[in-house]
Amino acid sequence: MRLTGAQALIKSLEMEGVEVMFGLPGGAILPAYDPIIDSPIRHILVRHEQGAGHMAEGYAHATGRPGVALVTSGPAATNIVTPLCDAYMDSVPMVAITGQVPSTAIGTDAFQECDTVGITRSVTKHNELVMDAQDIPRIIREAFHIATTGRPGPVLVDLPKDVLQATMEWHEWPPAIDLPGYKPNTKGHPRMIKEAAKLIAESRRPVIYAGGGILKARAAEALRQLAEMTGIPVVTTLMARGAFPDRHELCLGMPGMHGNYTAVTSMQKADLLIALGSRFDDRVTGKVGGFAPEAKIIHVDIDPAELGKVRRPDVPIVGDCRQVIEELVKAVAALDEGAQPDRSAWMAQIRQWQKDFPLQYDRPSPDQADGPLKPQYVLECLRDSTPDDCILASGVGQHQMWASQYWQFDHPYTWINSGGLGTMGFSVPAAIGAKVGRPDRMVWAVDGDGCFQMTAQELVTASAERIPIKVAILNNAYLGMVRQWQEMFYDERYSEVYLSPDLPDYVKWSEAMGCVAFRVEHPDEVQATIDKANEVDDRPVVIEFRTDSSEKVFPMVPAGLSNDDIVVGPTPGREVRQ
Amino acid sequence: MSALVGSANRHHTLVVLVENKAGVLARVAGLFARRGFNIYSLAVAPTDDERFSRLTVVVDVESAPLEQITKQLFKLINVVKITELDQAESVERELMLMTVRADAGRRSEVIELVNVFGGKIVDVGHEALTITLAGKPRNLDDFEELMRAFGIVELQRTGRVALPQLDRRAPAQIRKVS
Ligand SMILES: Cc1ncc(C[n+]2csc(CCOP(=O)(O)OP(=O)(O)O)c2C)c(N)n1
Ligand SMILES: [Mg+2]
Repeated sequence: MRLTGAQALIKSLEMEGVEVMFGLPGGAILPAYDPIIDSPIRHILVRHEQGAGHMAEGYAHATGRPGVALVTSGPAATNIVTPLCDAYMDSVPMVAITGQVPSTAIGTDAFQECDTVGITRSVTKHNELVMDAQDIPRIIREAFHIATTGRPGPVLVDLPKDVLQATMEWHEWPPAIDLPGYKPNTKGHPRMIKEAAKLIAESRRPVIYAGGGILKARAAEALRQLAEMTGIPVVTTLMARGAFPDRHELCLGMPGMHGNYTAVTSMQKADLLIALGSRFDDRVTGKVGGFAPEAKIIHVDIDPAELGKVRRPDVPIVGDCRQVIEELVKAVAALDEGAQPDRSAWMAQIRQWQKDFPLQYDRPSPDQADGPLKPQYVLECLRDSTPDDCILASGVGQHQMWASQYWQFDHPYTWINSGGLGTMGFSVPAAIGAKVGRPDRMVWAVDGDGCFQMTAQELVTASAERIPIKVAILNNAYLGMVRQWQEMFYDERYSEVYLSPDLPDYVKWSEAMGCVAFRVEHPDEVQATIDKANEVDDRPVVIEFRTDSSEKVFPMVPAGLSNDDIVVGPTPGREVRQ
Repeated sequence: MSALVGSANRHHTLVVLVENKAGVLARVAGLFARRGFNIYSLAVAPTDDERFSRLTVVVDVESAPLEQITKQLFKLINVVKITELDQAESVERELMLMTVRADAGRRSEVIELVNVFGGKIVDVGHEALTITLAGKPRNLDDFEELMRAFGIVELQRTGRVALPQLDRRAPAQIRKVS
């Protein structure tokens, strides 16, 4: 069958089972847009290519399937660099397809030419410039394979216009993948797994340190089994919220710079950390030299480069988290019939920390109904007014940390955020992508006023495409997280962090973009407005919450310090130093 | 460029088998560049199997970051195999082309040294000779030092290629990263 390169591209995407792609056309990618008219694949026309990239990520986070973005050359390709880097940092499976100037013009500084594969080399798991239309099916098949297997990540395919226009012979869908340099090792080493089981059986103060790899490997159920059979408590990192249910008695919540006291301190005092799909990120470890000084380390990861990158493990296990944990469960059961040492003192200590140092903020009392609006209060109300499988997508800043702290994540894939790169502007497009992938779920975005201004235009996309996401802007009139650092570490010298509460007018702006919009200024309006927003089901809805500018995120481990130096609250009397 | 190996213990030889495709060298080089590691020498050529090329990279770096970079290299889709060669347990060779000043008065002196080192004179001019010398990188270094006295006009070295030593090779000293 003779096809154009463009037709072969769209057919290949269909063969991969792609149901939706996010994109925006232009000169170089034009040929690929023609066969889209005849394809069952849904195309969502974004307003900025960064939006396409984050939507593809949100879709991938929510569904586990690779997100697809389709954009043109030059400025469109550079616009998608941020989402690629974001997906690379957070191991999000994604395939980006970019147009390129005709192959004969490459290297001549042609109109809208940029070295896309050069620019994106270090922010993709792999990229490929296609020079022959005949290669398109193979390269697309490889792209999806690479994006979704091993440690997932973004793959970019760059397609010159003449390659899209050329004709090729479509034989059959490539039956096999031949990548001699790519054979991810999914099965953990049996001897190492036995070693791990032994360390667990010897440990008196173990903690499971669960990371985003649990979600990528779809290992939440295996993790629950391991935790329950051993009785070992679990911390879930920012990337792993929901991988282990917050309501579970063994769940200690989020560790790290803004983690809760118990999660942070239990890791510090542990004699064994079982790191599963986590990567000892500096936001989790604090000063590495002072991190969990007494702990032995079992480290399971699909990516061999993670083992020993930051902390040398006592038992390194390369493998798929789900497979390894399942094997580990068997190994633990086989060892002394699964007998575990008495850890009641450890659990008692943990319960004491939880009791002494819960998350806290000044909750509004009923008689101060028009007092300052606390962002944590807004999040608690939102949490309690949404179904427990509601998907929450977050921006980056204080609101992100509060969302992670105060939400209750009881299901995997209900929390979508930009952890590694910390990309402001992530939440609105990511929420749109998530809603497209999971139309059956309620999807809320929690955003900051600063973040919202970076990608809000995608609400136009959401309105036009009838994607009814919901957005809660926690408008504190500041780049709040930066303000917090200036307050605490720069003598309250506020430099370029003030945004204004009412410029722009978020309600009018949202309405102009086709959304239903509300403004909330006092605690007593919160509940009723959320209820109203939850009823809107045919278009996006935005609530602007005017929150207290002075509120800060606690606990906090100041940057560069050890996790032992955790500060639990704002008043000096409550600071805890150990 | 001084050919003298400054701190030899920081020099590591990696033999990287890659797919013979456009852009692969840039991917490999990029991993070193990103971390600010200097590639000391590099030799690239196709292998007996035309689908693959072999890169011999000598890199100037401590061991710990090298382990990390080797793992990162192995993550590249087009990298098939990486072997770190212990310099004491491998056969290394390098080729040098050098034009050295040698007027009538000093010519015989130069020729004598070329013979001692087993080099060859491949071009002769009025004031200069061009010499080729293949051998252990260390010998090339020595020869280069000696020629300095005469005046090196131009010098090119290929960068080293290496293969593991056969019989005496202890398995522990070949580390295949996989
Ligand atoms: C693209 C980008 N630019 C800058 C930053 C640095 N940064 C981190 S948080 C933050 C403030 C975010 O402000 P806002 O969205 O209002 O959230 P808040 O902290 O006030 O909740 C900034 C500027 C970033 N993470 N991403
Ligand atoms: Mg703000």
